[in-house]
Amino acid sequence: MNATRIRLRRATALLLVGGALSLLLGCSPIEPWVKPYERERLADPIMKAQREALSAKHMEHIHEVREGARGANGVQGGGCGCN
Amino acid sequence: MPTACRGVAVAATSRLLGALRLAGRHAALAARARWARWVAPLAGLIGGALPSAPAAAMTLPEDTGEAIYHLYDGGGVTAQGPALLVRKSLYDKVSLTGTYYVDMVSNASIDVVTQASPFKETRNEYSVGADYAYRDALLSVSYSNSDEPDYKAQGLSIDASQEVFGSMTTIKLGFTRGKDDVGKKGEGFFDYAKHWRYRLGLTQILTPTWLMSVNFEAVSDEGFLGSPYRAAQVFGTLVPERNPRTRSSRAVKFGAIGEIMPRTSLHADYRYFWDTWDIKAHTFEVGGSRYVGESFLFDAYLRYYKQSKALFYYDNAPVETLYVSRNRQLSTFNDIAPGVRVTYQYKQVPGKYDIKGHLNYEYQRYSFSDFTDIRTGQLYSYGAHVLQLLVTATF
Amino acid sequence: MIHRPSTARFKPWRAAFALLLAASAALAAAAPLSPSAPAPDFTLRTLDGQKLRLGEQRGRVVLVNFWATWCGPCRQEMPHLNKLYEKYKASGFVLLGVNVDDDAAQAAGVASKLGVTFPVLPDADKRVSRQYDLSAMPSTVLIDRDGRVRYLHRGYQNGYETTYDKQIRELLKE
Repeated sequence: MNATRIRLRRATALLLVGGALSLLLGCSPIEPWVKPYERERLADPIMKAQREALSAKHMEHIHEVREGARGANGVQGGGCGCN
Repeated sequence: MPTACRGVAVAATSRLLGALRLAGRHAALAARARWARWVAPLAGLIGGALPSAPAAAMTLPEDTGEAIYHLYDGGGVTAQGPALLVRKSLYDKVSLTGTYYVDMVSNASIDVVTQASPFKETRNEYSVGADYAYRDALLSVSYSNSDEPDYKAQGLSIDASQEVFGSMTTIKLGFTRGKDDVGKKGEGFFDYAKHWRYRLGLTQILTPTWLMSVNFEAVSDEGFLGSPYRAAQVFGTLVPERNPRTRSSRAVKFGAIGEIMPRTSLHADYRYFWDTWDIKAHTFEVGGSRYVGESFLFDAYLRYYKQSKALFYYDNAPVETLYVSRNRQLSTFNDIAPGVRVTYQYKQVPGKYDIKGHLNYEYQRYSFSDFTDIRTGQLYSYGAHVLQLLVTATF
Repeated sequence: MIHRPSTARFKPWRAAFALLLAASAALAAAAPLSPSAPAPDFTLRTLDGQKLRLGEQRGRVVLVNFWATWCGPCRQEMPHLNKLYEKYKASGFVLLGVNVDDDAAQAAGVASKLGVTFPVLPDADKRVSRQYDLSAMPSTVLIDRDGRVRYLHRGYQNGYETTYDKQIRELLKE
């Protein structure tokens, strides 16, 4: 773990903190630019990363058993913004 | 800054700090050396985020039924079986999920064939879960139990998902705790393995047709992390493998998906993985989906995986080390896998129900750079077929 | 060296994640329509091609529901709205279903499958949705006999229809 990595991590953390603070305290100076009534395309199943839970579960199992890497294959959010 | 915003900010921060302090006190009692310090803020975050009064609210997942026949055939291993999933919502508040998964394995893999004899065994797994929608957050809890003659695994997961910024951003947090009982045929259960997984994810709507996501997961393992049947090779002699009793890994995945043409989407992902066993892995995936006609949906994708070996991995160790393993899953290798999926919409009544049939096929080609096939002396490589046949219904 | 001590370095990360989620606690969409403000007037065509203007409904209680075929809660809400329409239409109640699908034909199909009898007004270019600055789907606006916005409901949850019923009755009594 070298000095550049540490600096990069601190900078990213600061960015995240700064971004969160601006959202929290400034009450979002940027307005959401995709309105709820413009989310039709995003609600389509082809915009989902994983469509069938069992299919994704099987693939994840195969990969975790046969490969050294694991994780970060979380299910995507997004969706139609309804409710 | 508007007074309303400041007031809300003060309230939220003080509430959050209070929750954190409380969760911290509880977590201090459940002493787990490194990663327990994450549990406190996680509990605090969920507690602090809930009592807000947003304009929007999350929807529960749809009621679903899924049935699959899955098959993996490659490298001398054939694993197949059925699995079932049912999800039903109650009173529009809670959604319950039940899954049953069967894996019938016929194992004549290179490790098994060169060191022992082929065998067959069945693994049964069931899981139950509940999703609860509270204002603009979705809380999920699930428990899973996997059972095979020489390995039992249990896991408990809790996930929270929150929509922010006019529902354009979704933030997800998750935690899984696993406990396994490790056994060996003829000896019974002799050891354990514990796992902790911490997840953080963010999905951001970029335009009415593009989404991007970032996911981070940290995994920590402790206990018996190898296989009691596998041997390592030192100076040409087979010895039982010696793995460290702890492992800590991190993975970060970036993805984007967008509709490039009407009825056609494209997606690309990259994941970088690194751990304390010195493994570094890259995973790339690109793919597209397209509707054809009124009832068909086609997907095509290509996945490329590449990893570098673990520090203590040797095909044939030239030196005596504290830890040594010849587990090819820890070697330097890559695997390239093209795949296709076909979905057929059998019947659809919008707002009522939807029945689909699916056929998914993937061909995986593994090429090892520092694992040899003892039988031939050549670097090992093999191809595998993955097949999934599903019927899904939403109602 | 197999183990790397690293927890100390993650303190700023924890603070960052904590604040990121706390940010959600502060975010609440501002209501662009304030109670007792006059409802923005609009003119849309029904599925049969007839022009319908909100301003001409003065003297009657109007419920404007913004919905889409791709939105689950919207479809859930439709049968309840239909029941309310059938119940109160003889008493001077008007229900307008403004649809925001890109494809009006799809909206018509889903509306007929759900057995909707109140007028469905396609707003494919999102003109009226922008006028009303919708912050959620579905959105339900209740307008009194003088053309003023009295109630605004964002989203739909089971049980909202009871609230609509109560509010319609209250506005009809005026």
